[in-house]
Amino acid sequence: MMSQTTRIAFGALAAVGVAGVLTPQPAQAQWQPSRPIEFIVPAGTGGGADQMARTIQGIVTKYNLTKTPMVVINKAGGAGGEGFLDVKASRNNPHKIIITLSNLFTTPLATGIPFNWKDLTPVAMLALDEFVLWVNAETPYKSVKDYVAAIKNAPPGQFKMGGTGSRQEDQIITVAIEKSTGVKFTYIPFRGGGEVAVQLVGNHVNSTVNNPIEAVAQWRGGKVRPLCVFDDAVLPYKETIVDNLSWASIPTCISQGLNLDYLMLRGIFMSPGATPEQVNYYVELFKKVRETPEWKKLMADGAFNQSFMVGDEYAKWVAKEEQRHRDLMKEAGFLAK
Amino acid sequence: MEEIANLMQGFATVLEPFNIGVMIIGILLGVIIGVLPGLGGANGVAILLPLTFSMSPTSAIIMLSCIYWGALFGGAITSVLFNIPGEPWSVATTFDGHPMAQNGRAGEALTAAFTSSFVGALFAVVMITLVAPLVARFALQFGAAEKFGVYFLAFCSFVGLSKEPPAKTVVAMMIGFALAAVGLDQMTGQLRLTFGSTELLAGFDFLIAVIGLFGIGEILLTMEEGLQFKGKSATINPRVVLQTWMELPRYWATSIRSCIIGCWMGITPAGATPASFMSYGIAKRMSPRGKNFGKGEIEGVVAPETAAHAAGTSALLPMLSLGVPGSPTAAVLLGGLLIWGLQPGPLLFVEQKEFVWGLIASMYLGNIVGLLIVLTCVPLLAAMLRIPFPVIAPIILVLCAIGAYTVHNNPFDVVMMMVFGVLGYVLKKCDYPLAPLVLALVLGDKAEEAFRQALLGSQGSLTVFWSNGLVGSIMLLGLIALFWPIIQNGMARLRPRPAV
Amino acid sequence: MSDQSHSAGETGPSQRGVEIAVALATLAFGIIILIGSLQVGIDWGFEGPKSGFFPFYVSLFIIVASLYNLLQATTLGGIKPGLFASVDQLKRVLSVVVPATIYVALVPFIGMYVSSILLIAVFMMWLGKYSLLHTLPIALGVPAVVYVVFERYFQIALPKGPIEYWLGL
Repeated sequence: MMSQTTRIAFGALAAVGVAGVLTPQPAQAQWQPSRPIEFIVPAGTGGGADQMARTIQGIVTKYNLTKTPMVVINKAGGAGGEGFLDVKASRNNPHKIIITLSNLFTTPLATGIPFNWKDLTPVAMLALDEFVLWVNAETPYKSVKDYVAAIKNAPPGQFKMGGTGSRQEDQIITVAIEKSTGVKFTYIPFRGGGEVAVQLVGNHVNSTVNNPIEAVAQWRGGKVRPLCVFDDAVLPYKETIVDNLSWASIPTCISQGLNLDYLMLRGIFMSPGATPEQVNYYVELFKKVRETPEWKKLMADGAFNQSFMVGDEYAKWVAKEEQRHRDLMKEAGFLAK
Repeated sequence: MEEIANLMQGFATVLEPFNIGVMIIGILLGVIIGVLPGLGGANGVAILLPLTFSMSPTSAIIMLSCIYWGALFGGAITSVLFNIPGEPWSVATTFDGHPMAQNGRAGEALTAAFTSSFVGALFAVVMITLVAPLVARFALQFGAAEKFGVYFLAFCSFVGLSKEPPAKTVVAMMIGFALAAVGLDQMTGQLRLTFGSTELLAGFDFLIAVIGLFGIGEILLTMEEGLQFKGKSATINPRVVLQTWMELPRYWATSIRSCIIGCWMGITPAGATPASFMSYGIAKRMSPRGKNFGKGEIEGVVAPETAAHAAGTSALLPMLSLGVPGSPTAAVLLGGLLIWGLQPGPLLFVEQKEFVWGLIASMYLGNIVGLLIVLTCVPLLAAMLRIPFPVIAPIILVLCAIGAYTVHNNPFDVVMMMVFGVLGYVLKKCDYPLAPLVLALVLGDKAEEAFRQALLGSQGSLTVFWSNGLVGSIMLLGLIALFWPIIQNGMARLRPRPAV
Repeated sequence: MSDQSHSAGETGPSQRGVEIAVALATLAFGIIILIGSLQVGIDWGFEGPKSGFFPFYVSLFIIVASLYNLLQATTLGGIKPGLFASVDQLKRVLSVVVPATIYVALVPFIGMYVSSILLIAVFMMWLGKYSLLHTLPIALGVPAVVYVVFERYFQIALPKGPIEYWLGL
């Protein structure tokens, strides 16, 4: 074993050597990717996370933001567990990043696969996705109160809530609504948000908690009606969507007596063992992405909550969210045995 | 008619030189994607999506939809030549297409496949042009129970088809169902049948099983009989296209039936794969030459290819008008629409006329261009069977392995492919039919899901499956298809015998 | 294809033996599925039928049908007589299975490209008796085309080993 001093001496020598070769660079040589960056999507092609990842890939390509190409890879198996385990196994590979959604928490909790977000290196929160309570536009329910009253008057389980996946965000919200109002839904899981929205339009389910981007087209077409948004403040997007209504005109669920706010993480993690320089490279990259008009358009179209966090703040937020999911899922009986 | 005027406008957009160029590139890329097993239309479109970022939305959708047409055409090529379905919907094409190639009729099989694809697509596009809004409303009728009805019909029209012993058919089909169930249960969000293995988390993918069972299995069977493909002696005839065309009009009934099945499956949306199986199954029951199906009957190529292409094309309609994708590829295109700032849905046809009609016009032209491109390649493709086996076999093995890997980017899948390959060889030699196995594997989890969704909605009551006219008639159709041989016998008996 | 007659005197596993083995294998598979479905529950829970509900019935079908097939093969005699395949035929089949299996096993370690070169070369030279001169262009050319198509054009990263890493690909 080398003694402490020799190691320092070696380090200094090496540093001098490196600096000598690459002098034009500023003193702390910045890390740069040397191979293609693999961008893992723990969800199928065509979904919200995939769409965001491919938009980022397009932006990165269009504006030449990285030296090496960025390649999007879908690993959707096991509710995204396949993707998370893959990144977890890529210790010290700084060319692998992953975009996450709520399945970062829900998948390991519901299935018991050996994974926790702490296995990865947090990079940045890109945005938060909103959830809105929707009903079919032909139904008479104009407010949460009307709707809850109607459910209470029907036998329990008569009203059907459609959602994406099982024991994931949509069902967690459904269970939380039940807890908050004392009603009972029959939750029916489907494969994707678009399908859920169409089931609502076809009157095969009574309500959904679709993300804005999944249901906006049906809203504009006058087929569905938003009742409330699961955020603690109304959305800032004031552009008219239909009949003088905008995202900003949807009241918060809290103000409607549904005491619940829920946002879904759209964030970036990278493989374990990454150095601060490597994390910093990606943080700077995503800061640049966020400045582009394409990104801003995506944010406005999907009525995203544009919170951006990095470093400790981000890690703390994720830790808090994990605890919250654990509590919510425990109450609902969704934890893996 | 307003539609026709809009369509003409669309043609004007598509015929701009840049868009024509984009179209040809798209078709060529699509054919390559279709030929490579594993790398499907959905993956291909997703991969090339960011490239279209700097184009106008209309050019972008032309390019991507042409990749899709190309993939639909290309899937048939390896099915016919090497028994390897390039795409899930070309599995049914192997049943008769590959035996035709083995009998030295590869050129005919390819021509029939390409031409039928074109006919199916054309039928679907005409339908989209004329009755789009009506059709969109029809699609909305489909809830979980109706969807289950459709899968039920697909199974019913296909089981009982094989000449193999019934108990073996049951085993094969149930193995397919069991494999489809492995992994995450979509309905409860729990893992099942994985026995703690993280490798099994993603379950068994249909494509990997098919590449192994059909592709590798075929190589092993060929090897057993000596070192050559049976079609080696095939003569290369440049006029094969014209000769096949002379023969094809005879199958007009099969063709029309397949078009209707395909459009229906595309819209509902069940997709091109069940459409191709269902169409093949029904053609076999209805055709006077039904007994020869599986031995190289040209009708057995026409039926699945027509239906698959009609379904693949009409799958774009619910995507555009409802925002619900009719196929995985349509799902990716849907993402593309959003990225380009277009919102699919009821208003797209009103607000984005240029885009929608440009797309529809490109469906017409793209398919014509595609047909021309692939037909000129027929003699060349048929000649590939003349490559000596020791050269082509390892290349096929390598492409199969790459294909299996690219499905989920998982090296374990390559191992699974090999296991399925040996399994395919042994099962085939023991008279276990492989088709019911792959059908159950591809539709099993979807059928189970729809069944459970319907029961959840009805709170456990089975009456949901005949609760309205639509689902009732689909289920009835399924039962008729299942008992068709018996019904046919009965009818023959009822008919008065001609006096001798 | 499979119902080819075998000349007398040839040896190899009998069709009957293989049929019995396959029936036993599917039976075992059915039992595994049965166990797996019992593990996750086969009754009705609060979200409808539990995860094992459907596979449970599937496994019953497999078990019953496999037992029937086993009976057919052993006592009922519903099996065509003769060999499953002759020793020569099996040797030929194995000459594909063995290199292909080694190939599949090598991919995670030395990558898709190097192993593909080896597979094509071995196949052509050993089974096809081609000379090195004929073999090399194909063995090197195919992976090169694959590289261009997949990595450059479609931007799909295939598994790579130390050699690619060293080359900086």
